[in-house]
Amino acid sequence: MTPDQQAAYWKQNLAYIAVLLSIWAAVSYGAAILLADALDRYRLFGFPLGFWFATQGSILTFVALVFVYVKLMNDLDRKYGVYER
Amino acid sequence: MGVIAWTWLIVVASFVLYFGIALYTRARSAVDYYVADRSVNPVLNGMATGTDWMSAASFMSMAGLMAVMGRDGSAYLMGWTGGYVLLAVLLAPYLRKYGKYTVPQFVGDRYYSTAARVVALLCAIAISFVYVVGQMRGVGIVLARFLGTGIANGVLVAAVVVFLYGVLGGMKGITYTQVAQYVVLIAGYLVPAIFVSLLLTGSPVPPLGMGGTLTPEGAALLGAKPGQELLEVLNRISVDLGFPAFTSGWKPRLDVVAITVALMVGTAGLPHIIIRFFTVPKIRDARSSAGWALVFIAVLYTTAPAVAVFARATSVATVHGRPAAEPPGWLAAWRGTGLVSYQDRDGDGRLSMSADPARNEVVVDPDVLVLANPEIARLPAWVVALVVAGALGAALSTAAGLLLVIAAGVSHDLLKSVLYPRMTDRAELWAARLAAVSASALAAWFALRPSGRVAEVVAHAFGLAASSFFPVILAGIFWKRATKEGAIAGMTAGMLFTGGYIGWFRVLHPEHGPAHWLLGISPEGIGAVGMLVAFSVLVAVSLVTVAPPRDVQDLVASLRYPREAQPTGTGGTGRRVFR
Repeated sequence: MTPDQQAAYWKQNLAYIAVLLSIWAAVSYGAAILLADALDRYRLFGFPLGFWFATQGSILTFVALVFVYVKLMNDLDRKYGVYER
Repeated sequence: MGVIAWTWLIVVASFVLYFGIALYTRARSAVDYYVADRSVNPVLNGMATGTDWMSAASFMSMAGLMAVMGRDGSAYLMGWTGGYVLLAVLLAPYLRKYGKYTVPQFVGDRYYSTAARVVALLCAIAISFVYVVGQMRGVGIVLARFLGTGIANGVLVAAVVVFLYGVLGGMKGITYTQVAQYVVLIAGYLVPAIFVSLLLTGSPVPPLGMGGTLTPEGAALLGAKPGQELLEVLNRISVDLGFPAFTSGWKPRLDVVAITVALMVGTAGLPHIIIRFFTVPKIRDARSSAGWALVFIAVLYTTAPAVAVFARATSVATVHGRPAAEPPGWLAAWRGTGLVSYQDRDGDGRLSMSADPARNEVVVDPDVLVLANPEIARLPAWVVALVVAGALGAALSTAAGLLLVIAAGVSHDLLKSVLYPRMTDRAELWAARLAAVSASALAAWFALRPSGRVAEVVAHAFGLAASSFFPVILAGIFWKRATKEGAIAGMTAGMLFTGGYIGWFRVLHPEHGPAHWLLGISPEGIGAVGMLVAFSVLVAVSLVTVAPPRDVQDLVASLRYPREAQPTGTGGTGRRVFR
C-alpha cells in the first residue's frame, strides 16, 4: 500500500468504528437506560420496550454489530488487496 | 437418588470428562505438534473464550442480583456483553497484529519502559486477585450447601480445591476441554431455565417465556390467574411487598450508566481475555473470534434475565405468607449455610416478606437464588445437580486460570525477568508455588469478608481494569504521542483512585451508603470515573513529556494495517521493537 492508500484505509476503518460505536451507545445507554422509561409505554413480545432493550435487545444488537464489523473489514481488506489468507 | 447423591455423581463425572479430554488431547498434540497446523477454528476458539469469560459471577450471581435489582440489574448484562464490541473494534485486531503474549509485555514495548511493564504487571496481579476472591466466594457457597456446612467452612474448603485445581491445572488453555466445560456450563444454566419456563408459561425458550402468559400450573404456583402476563404478575408481587415494579428502574440513572461503562470498558481491559486474541492465526480471526465468543456468551446472558424473573417470582410466591412451622424445603436446606435466615418475628405463625426491613422475616442472599431455583420450582434432583456441576466448572476454571496468572506474574515476570535475573528454575518454581498458596489463602480471607455479592466483587475487578489497562492500551494503539511517563502516571492514578474508592466504601466503611458516594456513583460503577481520571492524567503528562522515540511511533503506525501492508519505503518500520 502507498502512504495515500494507508491513510484512506485507516480513515475508512475509523469511520466504521464511529458509526458502529454510535449505534452501540444509542442502544445500550440510550434505549436501555436513559430512555427506557419512555419506551416502556410501547410493548414488544409481551415486554415493555425499554425493559426488552435492557434485557434482550441490547445484547442481540452487540452480537450483530461485531459481525457487521467483521464483514466490513474483510471487504475493506479485499478492496485494498491485503486480505489475509 | 437424593439431591446430594446426584450432585456427587454429576460433578465427579463432569470433572472426569474435563481431565480425560485434557489428557487425550495432550497425548495427541505431542504427536501432532510438528505436523499439524495448530490453528483452532474461530468458532471453537470463541466457545473456549466464552468458558474463560463466564465465571461464578455470570453463572450464579448475576441473575440473583438482577432478581433484587429489577431492570437496573441489566447494567451487568449489558456491561459484560457490550465490552466485546469495544474489544472487537478497538483492541483485539491491533493487539493480534502486535503479536506478543501478555498485556504487560505490550505495555512494556509500546511504552519503551521496564517501569511501565512492572506497573502493568502489578495492576494485572491486583485485578486477577480481586477476581479470584469473587470465585472463591462462589465455590464456597456451592460447597457450603452441598457439604452441609456453613459458609466459612465452605470458603476454606474452596481455597484448598481452587489451589489444587490450579496446581494440577493441566486443562487450562486446552481448547477442547474448555469446549466440554462450555457444554456442561450452558446445560447447567439452560436446562433448569427451560423446565421453569415450561412450568410457568409453557414456552420452551426462557427469554420468550419471560414475556409470556401463565399456564394453569404456573398460575397456581404464583397465586395468579392463568393467562395473566408473567411480568405483570411479578410487578404486582413486587409492589404488594412494598418494592418498586420489577420492570422499572429505581437506581439513579447516572449510577446505572457508570456501572455499565465500568463493566464494558473493564471487559475490554481484562488481561486474561485480551490474551485469547493474541493466539488466533490471523488478524481478521481476532475480530470474528470476538464475535463468536459473544454469541456463546449471549446464550447465557439472554437467559439470565429470564432466570431472574422466574427466581424472583417463585421464591416470593413459595415463601410469603406460608406457615412458619413448615417452611419450603429449599429455605430450610439453605439455612445451614448462613446465607438464608427466617424467623416468625411478629408471631402470626406465617413468614412474611417486605421491603421494610423492620417487618421482613425472610432474608435470602441473592447469590443463592440461581442455585436454589430448581429446588424452588421442585425440579428433579438431577437438574439441581446439573446446576451445581455448571457452577463449579465455571468458578473453578476461572479461579484456577487466574491463580496461574498471579503465580506466573510474580515468579517469572516480576522476580525472574526484572528483579533477580539469575534466579534458578527451581527457585522460580518454588516462588510460583508460594505465590499461589499465599494468593489462595489471602483470597479466602477476603472471601469471608466480601466487598459485596459475587458479581459485585467481580465488578470491582472490572472497575480496576477499566481504570488501568483500557486507557493505556487504547492510547497505545490510537495515539502515537502517548509517552511512557503518561502511561505510568495514568495507570497509577486510575488504579489508586478506583482501588481507594472501593476499599473505602466496601471494605473500611461499608456503613457509608449512597448519600456519601461521589455523585451517587456506587463502588461498582466508580471504574467509569477512574477511567476518565486515568485518561486525563495520561494525556496531560504525555503532552508535557518528550515524545516517544521514532521506532515506537512507527510500531504504533504499523499496528493499523494488516500484515500484507507493511509501510513501504519509509525505512524504519518498527521491526526492531516488533520482533
